[in-house]
Amino acid sequence: MKDSAISYIVEIQNLGMNYQSPNGEIPAIDNITLNISKGEFICIVGPSGCGKSTLLSIIAGLLKPSRGSIRINGSCVSDTSAEVGYMLQKDYLFEWRTILQNVMLGLEIKKGISKKSREYVHNLLDTYGLIEFKDKYPSQLSGGMRQRAALIRTLALNPQILLLDEAFSALDYQTRLAVTDDIYSIIKKENKTAIMVTHDIAESISMADRVVVLTNRPTTVKSIYDILLTCDVRTPFTSREAPEFRHFFNTIWKELDVHV
Amino acid sequence: MSKSKELNISSERLEYLNSMRIRRISTTVTQIFILLVFFILWEFLARFGFIDPFITSQPTRIVKTIINLYNEGQLFHHIAVTCLETFTGFLSGTILGTVIAVILWWSEFLSEVSEPYLVVLNSLPKIALGPIFIVWFGAGTTSIIVIALAVSLIVTILEVLNGFSSTDEEQIKLLKTFGANRLQTFTKVVFPSNLPVIINSLKINVGLSWVGVIVGEFLVSKAGLGYLIVYGGQVFRLDLVMASVVILCIAAGLMYKAVVILQKLLVKNHTKI
Repeated sequence: MKDSAISYIVEIQNLGMNYQSPNGEIPAIDNITLNISKGEFICIVGPSGCGKSTLLSIIAGLLKPSRGSIRINGSCVSDTSAEVGYMLQKDYLFEWRTILQNVMLGLEIKKGISKKSREYVHNLLDTYGLIEFKDKYPSQLSGGMRQRAALIRTLALNPQILLLDEAFSALDYQTRLAVTDDIYSIIKKENKTAIMVTHDIAESISMADRVVVLTNRPTTVKSIYDILLTCDVRTPFTSREAPEFRHFFNTIWKELDVHV
Repeated sequence: MSKSKELNISSERLEYLNSMRIRRISTTVTQIFILLVFFILWEFLARFGFIDPFITSQPTRIVKTIINLYNEGQLFHHIAVTCLETFTGFLSGTILGTVIAVILWWSEFLSEVSEPYLVVLNSLPKIALGPIFIVWFGAGTTSIIVIALAVSLIVTILEVLNGFSSTDEEQIKLLKTFGANRLQTFTKVVFPSNLPVIINSLKINVGLSWVGVIVGEFLVSKAGLGYLIVYGGQVFRLDLVMASVVILCIAAGLMYKAVVILQKLLVKNHTKI
């Protein structure tokens, strides 16, 4: 079952999406073709309202595309699957559940609670420093720890692909920088493939192996940049200090062509 | 132990805590004071002929009436009848209302279909249905409970349904990413996140159930506080009317307090952020 070098974990072919509303048809995605390798970190940037989140929802199997196809590990996406984990804009930890009950939520719904999965979750909590907070309620945790708990809730189902939808946008700037580093290292350590949507150019360059720039609605892929940075150990923080960082920033900024 | 604790508190903090305590005590004292003044003034005015106690009654007469009722062995019988009717109406209104709200949340179609009916039923004074219920359910306790139920039911449905449908879409999306079905969505997020709304509707329902029961007892009854009030009014025994009202105040207050305690127990961790 080993993936050969040429096969991709996510294959998006000529994907298109129209929204139906009483006032008419709204074309959200015109045509997107994109292949993603295992272990890659992809950032998708684009003008606001261009359909970035729609794309993620389609990959997650929450929405059905109007045309085209998405394959994950070679099989078509038709519904939500345990292979794909989704992180939303806020942590959405439930205040009436303890941290442990919150991170077990996905397993509960999938009816996947077993001794093994329980152990796996405990291990994750232990590795990422939340084990002593497992019986606390979300309101007793800091913003960074809440975000980490939300990631563990997603990781509990052991997905191969993580979708991050502006996952840090609700945090203040300092926390955001720290959490970005934190989450990045966890994703890399767990060897997950990640697709992140963001409107923050600097954040996308600091985290991504490739940055995909989308056009306005109806959206298509405008350009793709391989982010090659010279730094010893790559973390979002060291990336920001790499000499090429500014160059990528300026190029993508021009590419986005923002008019106020 | 307590001494060392006290030593750690700064004088500023101590001053703050003191002022908080004084505020709390003075609030309670003033509340009791107003009640005492009211009753003393009432007693005084009645005793010295400024008002006619035959029409207004007076506190000492009220107490005497209550003691008489107790000696005749009727006091607790009337209280029990009314409280039981209220409690039954309240409980059935809340449960039935919540169940119907769940069904309407489940099916958007049903919810849209029922909307005009709910609007009309909500604005209709339910008391107007009293005579119909009496014909249907007989001149007895059942009719009174049904009236209490009718008064609180529609409000509960609207309140709880409104809560259900305003559940955070993103929280529901989170569950969908895990592949949750509608039942799981309901039990894991829609219901628990709306527990405060349901408890809040309990608070409203307590009051409404009392209205329903007392009106029901006015229309048809052989016992209960509403019966005593109507009977007292008809035979011009204002002492009996006032005594019943005082007992009613105490019973309604206690029942409300019970719901508040229930709320504290159930929604500890529902601070919505």
